[in-house]
Amino acid sequence: MLSRHANDLYWMARYVERADNLARILDATQHIASMPAAFSGNGNAWDSALASAACQDAFYRSYDRASRENVVAFLAFSAENPSSIRSCFEAARRNARSVRTALTIEVWDALNGAWLDIMSFDANQMLSQEFIRFLSWVKQSSLLIDGSAVRSMLRNDQFFFNQLGKYTERADNTARILDVKYHVLLPKDQPVGGGLDYYQWASILRAVSALTSYHWIYRDSLKPWLIADLLILRREMPRSLARCYANISELLTEIAQEYGEQGPSQSAARATYARLANQTMDNIFQRGLHEFLLDFIAENNRLGSRISEQYLS
Amino acid sequence: MRDLRFTATGKRAEAPISVTETPVFFDEMRLSNGKCRDAYGRLDNWMSGIDPEFLLKRQKEAELLFRRIGITFAVYGETTPQERIIPFDVIPRLITAPEWGKLTAGLEQRVRTLNAFLSDIYGPAEVLRAGIVPPDLIYQNPAFRPEAKNIAPPGGVYVPIAGIDVVRVDADTFYVLEDNVRTPSGVSYMLENRETMMRLFPELFENHSIAPVDSYIDRLLATLKSIAPDGSGANPEVVILTPGPLNSAYYEHTFLADKLGVELVEGIDLFVREGFVYMRTTEGPRRVDVIYRRVDDDFMDPLTFRAESVLGVPGLMSAYRAGNVSLANAIGTGIADDKAIYTYMPDFVRFYLGEEPILKNVPTWRCREEDARIHVLENIGDLVVKEVDGSGGYGMLIGPKADEEEIETFRARIRAAPAKYIAQPTLSLSTCPTLANNAIQPRHVDLRPFVLTGSKGISIVPGGLTRVALREGSLVVNSSQGGGTKDTWVLHGG
Repeated sequence: MLSRHANDLYWMARYVERADNLARILDATQHIASMPAAFSGNGNAWDSALASAACQDAFYRSYDRASRENVVAFLAFSAENPSSIRSCFEAARRNARSVRTALTIEVWDALNGAWLDIMSFDANQMLSQEFIRFLSWVKQSSLLIDGSAVRSMLRNDQFFFNQLGKYTERADNTARILDVKYHVLLPKDQPVGGGLDYYQWASILRAVSALTSYHWIYRDSLKPWLIADLLILRREMPRSLARCYANISELLTEIAQEYGEQGPSQSAARATYARLANQTMDNIFQRGLHEFLLDFIAENNRLGSRISEQYLS
Repeated sequence: MRDLRFTATGKRAEAPISVTETPVFFDEMRLSNGKCRDAYGRLDNWMSGIDPEFLLKRQKEAELLFRRIGITFAVYGETTPQERIIPFDVIPRLITAPEWGKLTAGLEQRVRTLNAFLSDIYGPAEVLRAGIVPPDLIYQNPAFRPEAKNIAPPGGVYVPIAGIDVVRVDADTFYVLEDNVRTPSGVSYMLENRETMMRLFPELFENHSIAPVDSYIDRLLATLKSIAPDGSGANPEVVILTPGPLNSAYYEHTFLADKLGVELVEGIDLFVREGFVYMRTTEGPRRVDVIYRRVDDDFMDPLTFRAESVLGVPGLMSAYRAGNVSLANAIGTGIADDKAIYTYMPDFVRFYLGEEPILKNVPTWRCREEDARIHVLENIGDLVVKEVDGSGGYGMLIGPKADEEEIETFRARIRAAPAKYIAQPTLSLSTCPTLANNAIQPRHVDLRPFVLTGSKGISIVPGGLTRVALREGSLVVNSSQGGGTKDTWVLHGG
């Protein structure tokens, strides 16, 4: 297939996934910000939402203060912020439009519909209730777009590149959300910091829709090292780094089989996956969670560049 | 941007259509005595038995279908991200087998002539030596491409895909309004309109014998493969080159690529190495043999034409010149559908084929010729006067609507530079029954049949794109001016 088309399919999925992640981050933030400070901690929840979305620098170039209104405007509706939810849908649709022949009607419909619908939300009328409705609409739309792809696309390189974009973006997002909160995720032998952090932990899980999954897997109350374990190493968890890399390696293997040739992307993805599979939380905490996550984000970016060099240009 | 009355040009010697105070238009369904023409009998019966409300409902369904599929066009200059759909009229236009037979014979003749003219003008240029057409009309024409001189496309086919616009003025006469031989569009509407009609009115297809149009896709693919360069193998790689999603016909480009099963490429997807064209794929470079291009000459190769173009492929012309890639249509075909050249088409038919033209040109007086000029100056109040290199209604005088001062200005202009002007009568376009103002009313139509020419011959799918001027009395069928489309039925065997 055309490299440009593969590139469009890859980025289309990345943008849809990014919109979905932004909605989850904002949802969790809304939740924690509506608690009394005694439960939510002293930090500004809206500022940490910006950090999770990797948008702090760009935000403070336009705004002085991370108020709810400002952050919502910037992360959800801003046309100037290339990573806002609105911009993500716009970019995804632009990618989709130039690769129409590779998309099924279902995927196009879902994406085009989302783009047309986003206009019906008024950024200036976002009281809490509307805002929550908006966020659930974003999640539904992303689900519909990705679900249409999974249900209707042929299992060939077009689909593989599309899904590759989704998991690469997802791995990046999960790692960033963890990194913003790494200071509340303490090693097992550290004394747990009382009730204050509890809601911070819950908000991490909420941001990746894993609150219920956590209980199913651990059958235990929230413990920070288990949260880190869940989101980094547990393959059962759909947004964990290990699961993302299991999927990425698998997709790259499919592509290599279709083309009859392996390349640097395949070996890099397998190496990262193997490291995650053989890792323990004790090791990670010993090395430092923050350092581990920074390394991972850089490695994930390098894989993106390798894929781009090998296939997309 | 085309106004049916004024873009066409024609030739002096043929009888002009009479211009009357209140023009009498030929209606394709109903004779002036109110009787229904035979071809429309069944349709007329069917229509008289149904409520226009029912048709309106079906029309809405059709529009919904179009929007869902994404059959849209972008209007240049509009800032909103929403694309528009072209209004679709649910009442079909009918053409009988004998009418179609005569029309196709004329279209074949026309397209053979266009190819012969292009081979000649980019080759020996005998038509100039024979004095048929003045050399300055060719060599000073911006549509003439000196870069294409002496490049013979495979099989001598310059125009694999033509969309010849014709209008009907009475029961027997079709005029050619325009020969579109650059990058004619609209064929996706022909195909989608039929699909839609078959879904909306299956009962009409049961009681009419309608020639199918869906073989167009196979014929197009066969045509494109037939013009592949020698040595491109049993299954040549065909691609469609689009200017990209911002182009107004982008939907059609994706539609065709999808149906043909070929890649839809943009300039950046292609590159030229050692005289061959390749596309960048996820599996490395792949050689391209035939490019069905929907990009104008000017933008095809920044090394040869406009240097600032990012839509084309640097070095493409070198591969083309070496005969390593075929272009549909060839470079330089624009000279053949140029307004000034159009007026010579009947002469070209006689010159190249030794035949009398089957389809007429719209009668045109060329002011560069003395007797024509005298006629125009005397009758200017009844005529439409146009600059030969003007377009979009600029530099034009509509005699019946102009005041004395404007007429005098144009008289002076024609005297000063007669070669720059041509004049035509106002055409009486035929009308067809159309759903308008909640009723069925006559509206003016034109027709664009699509003519395919491969190395093995010409192929015309029975049908075409009928465009209809939806506003009462309007002769403007253009989609940007409130024009719509209709399905065109060529009746099989009668």
